[in-house]
Amino acid sequence: MDFTSLAFIDVTRIYGRRRALNRVSLRCEAGEIVAVLGPNGSGKSTLLSIGATLLAPSSGEVRYGDTTGPADRVALRGRIGFLAHDLYLYPELSAAENLDFFGRMYQLANVEQRIAGALERAELTDRSSEMVAGFSRGMRQRLALERALLHEPRLVLLDEPFTGLDDRATIALQARLADLRAAGCIVLVTTHDAETIEQIVDRAVMMQSGRLIPVEDGSGSLRERCRKLSALRV
Amino acid sequence: MASFFQAAWLVTRKDLLIEARTREIAYTTLFFAVSCVLVFSFGFVREGRPLEDAASGILWIAIAFSGTLALGRTFERERQTETLRALLLAPVDRPALYVGKLVGVLLLLLVVEVIVVPLVALLFQARVFAFPLLMASLLTAGTIGFSAVGTLFAAMLVRARTRDVLLPVLLYPITIPVIIAGVRGTAALLGAEPDLPIARLWLSMLAFFDVVFITLALWTFETVMTE
Repeated sequence: MDFTSLAFIDVTRIYGRRRALNRVSLRCEAGEIVAVLGPNGSGKSTLLSIGATLLAPSSGEVRYGDTTGPADRVALRGRIGFLAHDLYLYPELSAAENLDFFGRMYQLANVEQRIAGALERAELTDRSSEMVAGFSRGMRQRLALERALLHEPRLVLLDEPFTGLDDRATIALQARLADLRAAGCIVLVTTHDAETIEQIVDRAVMMQSGRLIPVEDGSGSLRERCRKLSALRV
Repeated sequence: MASFFQAAWLVTRKDLLIEARTREIAYTTLFFAVSCVLVFSFGFVREGRPLEDAASGILWIAIAFSGTLALGRTFERERQTETLRALLLAPVDRPALYVGKLVGVLLLLLVVEVIVVPLVALLFQARVFAFPLLMASLLTAGTIGFSAVGTLFAAMLVRARTRDVLLPVLLYPITIPVIIAGVRGTAALLGAEPDLPIARLWLSMLAFFDVVFITLALWTFETVMTE
């Protein structure tokens, strides 16, 4: 199964009495990096979780190319890579064991080769047999990114991927995102740090209280445009 | 179908590997089961003579109580690291995750039983090894039924704040048929005059419960895991 676009159509998600997403519509194409900006609690992570099929929308639908989420879920999940704020790594397993487990769960061919490449990109080749529990946040973040991309997904959903990264790792991640775009991935990145991502995104949208607002191109930095936009909305 | 069992095996293998490193669940479950049997032995063994039919009940209480502990912890580990969501994201049939978790818990409880059954035999002078095949079948079938329901409930409650309280509250009423069948079947074997036909009858009842519970769990797992 493959697709070249992702579309959230009038998606609403309600938790109890709280409306985390309110009629959100967003379309992303292959070879595009879209930044989802906004303050904590604005609904960014919920949007990504719905895109990853982990959450079902209360109303509205998500279309992956011509298909919707509920259709052929198993094959669809094989084309999605999700890096969440929680890193989805087993601390009691080593870096290599974590990648091996997920690689086999995704039934990947040449798992050993992919793991070696992933460890190299994460700069963890020398520490591949060490338990993840002993890693710093930045090391875990790099490993979690490689775990999410191990199966070469079409749709890449990254929730605050720059958290805990030093300058060198941040630059490496920016380059990695550019590579993903060149490879034809649909990349959706949430962050509250507009400066870090400004150079690499094709367009940005802002989440505020569950609503999605497009950030128009214009003068000034992405951060300034977002600030103006949120001031207008308040 | 091959990928279903492959995924289930991967989950079991991963759980066993983590358990072999931490031994967290094995030690707590075993300690709890042994303590349970010891405490009951002080109450039900007087002047070296145990109460009639007490052994079978105490054996199954130890299995049920320690099993609840193991069931709660197996998903708690996935919750703490949010790895349950990573498992749910994998392109495998979600019931395969259930089967993988179930087999992991089952193997752990069978290890606990290997320690607890001889302890019960020793303290309660129970002839648990008189009919080893039938006894092993009763214990295995009962443990499968108990774990089948428990694994499903533990997965369902993984995001509930009061999961530690809710798990036994929900689990024991549903698994009462399994526990009764296990106790009566074992009692039929441990009595002064072992009643093999009755033990086999309870064993077939346990097999029936196992089929029903596992079928229901496989059928509902995908739905209960979708938020």
